[in-house]
Amino acid sequence: MTSPHSTDTLDTYTLNMGPQHPSTHGVLRMKLTLRGEEIVAAEPVIGYSHRAHEKMAENRTYAQFLPNTSRQDYLSGMIYNFAWVEAVERMAGVTAPERALVARVILAEFNRIASHLLWVGAFLLDLGAATPFLYAWDDREAILFLLESVTGSRLTYCTGRFGGLSRDLDPGFPDRAREVLAKLKGRRDEYVRLIEDNVIFTNRTRGVGVLSRDLCRSYGVTGPTLRGSGVAYDVRKAEPYGAYPRFDFEVPTREEGDVFARYMVRVLEMQQSVRIIEQALEQLPGGPVLLPDSIGVKKRLKLPVGTQYYAVESARGHYGILLVSEGGTEPYRAKFRTPSYPNLAVLTEVMPGNMVADAVAILGSVDLVMPEVDR
Amino acid sequence: MSALHGLAARLLGDFGATLVLGAGFILLYLTFNVLFLIWLERKVSAHAQRRLGPMEVGPHGALQTVADMLKLLSKQLVTPLATDTFTFLFAPILIFIPTVCLASLVPLGGASAFAEMPNGLAVVVVLSGITVIAIFMAGWSSNNKYAVLGGMRSVAQVVAYEIPVLLSALAVVLIAQTLDLHAIVAGQRVPYVVVEPVAALIFFIGITAETNRAPFDIPEAESELVGGFHTEYAGMRFALFFFAEYTNMLVLGAVGATLFLGGWRGPGAEAHPWLGPVYLLLKAYAVVFLMMWARWTFPRLRFDQLMNFAWKLLIPVALVNLVVTAAVLIAVQAP
Repeated sequence: MTSPHSTDTLDTYTLNMGPQHPSTHGVLRMKLTLRGEEIVAAEPVIGYSHRAHEKMAENRTYAQFLPNTSRQDYLSGMIYNFAWVEAVERMAGVTAPERALVARVILAEFNRIASHLLWVGAFLLDLGAATPFLYAWDDREAILFLLESVTGSRLTYCTGRFGGLSRDLDPGFPDRAREVLAKLKGRRDEYVRLIEDNVIFTNRTRGVGVLSRDLCRSYGVTGPTLRGSGVAYDVRKAEPYGAYPRFDFEVPTREEGDVFARYMVRVLEMQQSVRIIEQALEQLPGGPVLLPDSIGVKKRLKLPVGTQYYAVESARGHYGILLVSEGGTEPYRAKFRTPSYPNLAVLTEVMPGNMVADAVAILGSVDLVMPEVDR
Repeated sequence: MSALHGLAARLLGDFGATLVLGAGFILLYLTFNVLFLIWLERKVSAHAQRRLGPMEVGPHGALQTVADMLKLLSKQLVTPLATDTFTFLFAPILIFIPTVCLASLVPLGGASAFAEMPNGLAVVVVLSGITVIAIFMAGWSSNNKYAVLGGMRSVAQVVAYEIPVLLSALAVVLIAQTLDLHAIVAGQRVPYVVVEPVAALIFFIGITAETNRAPFDIPEAESELVGGFHTEYAGMRFALFFFAEYTNMLVLGAVGATLFLGGWRGPGAEAHPWLGPVYLLLKAYAVVFLMMWARWTFPRLRFDQLMNFAWKLLIPVALVNLVVTAAVLIAVQAP
């Protein structure tokens, strides 16, 4: 089989990394053409967890598709769940109650921190350090407990409803949330000492896998990967949605565009998320969390005829939903623009010239979730 | 021990008795040691990571490794198609032999090592280089690209790190004026780590790399090469590589303790000979513990960084250290 990327000559050989490999994070297959340990070409082969989410959306009512949303990106399922809910709400012309809007921000930002924490752990594991992995998962566990107490699930949340949330935050929630935040803040120094101050870590990450600004733009790279290359694009600021405009936060960027920059951007982002959650907990209004005459309980919700694009900032970048309705109970077409897909595609440009060990570091640094790439 | 030796000597002759008893005793102890070290590694990693580690089998999970070994023993030995069969089968055995030989050379007490060698240190250096051949055999014969990469990395790494280890050991030889491990221990009124801290550090880094331990574990870097050179090994053959790694850690730790930490010497060791092996093992396990601590703290180096570290930093520093040692010795002995 020949592929456009094939550069097979006598002094090179092909190494299939994946789809079952410890550090391809799911079922990605990287077809590496190597000369010794040096990468000549890298071709990502995807589709191993393609589940036809877009087609499924066409065959289900809007409410029936809800559980699918968090299964596209299982690490920031909350954000994806709310994105679908908000996209449908906007098309239906309803707005969720104030309390639900702020609660969504709190839950989504907690989910973002949990996703980034998992990434920190898994990334360090790729670099061969096992201990930070368990530290990060320990902290993530605290968040999962908190989210479980609200939503009833740990990973694939389905707590959004058209017109609000399925459950209200209980009265003790703000205190428990502040406890978790305090724990996270207290751990910051420990991470700095264990990870950023480590010479081996900085040597492995600085100047490795540099993505230039223009390259990112031409591939449509978004999220922390883009911000690590110095572009301050964040959907929460660029096209504010939900309750985000009320909160004061920054979009951290780094200029270097290397693996280390992507690491730092995520760490700084977690701090901004903590800031957002703290403000949101202060401002959390009372009142109902679901519209009284909720459209969510109507089983046969019909949306007006039209086309609409709705985007949110997931933990990986710009997640967009294109909804086309012909007035029926099911969408005529649902297209999901997932951030990991272009983030993966750009890697073919930076992989050549690196070592196998760098390939693992670069692959880890863009934070791929394969079910989201394949959908 | 000596009574047992006398009895065996009547049956087998003096040489045969030493051989059988020595080999038997060493193998027995090394087996126990592996079971202990694997348990220790799991406990050290667990406590570094705020976990408990194995707790179920035996008190504090002490028998967990025994259970694991039984499981490995009962597993099917899979030999993949198109392997180089003889090499594939022989590699796990060969990796074990030099380590056991090494163990017999380390002086356990005032007058006893199982094997006496006037140039013991030279033999130690030679033997510790053989392990890498077994690793490369395993990698090459497996007919697996990951395994070959692991084997190649291992050869490059051990060749590079053998030199600083040798150079730092030579600094000790200069001071002790002998290659005899006994005499080296006997010469240490003060442990040489105080006199030669740089050499001791380089030696420690070197043996960490030679045993393929993190942060130098690139031959089996699981996030890059799956299992590295032992990817294709299953069951007890895989366990033998595991055995060899932990045995190597202890034995090289013991060599390090002999060279730099005063070997079997310790308070009261001269009067009570049975204390000698105890002190030696305590020191060796302290070195092993340091290696484990490092493993659970640091990320892994990249291959080229690893080579740069050896060739551009460790070897020059070790050479300078050697020259300085020689100069100081001449200055001291001149008048």
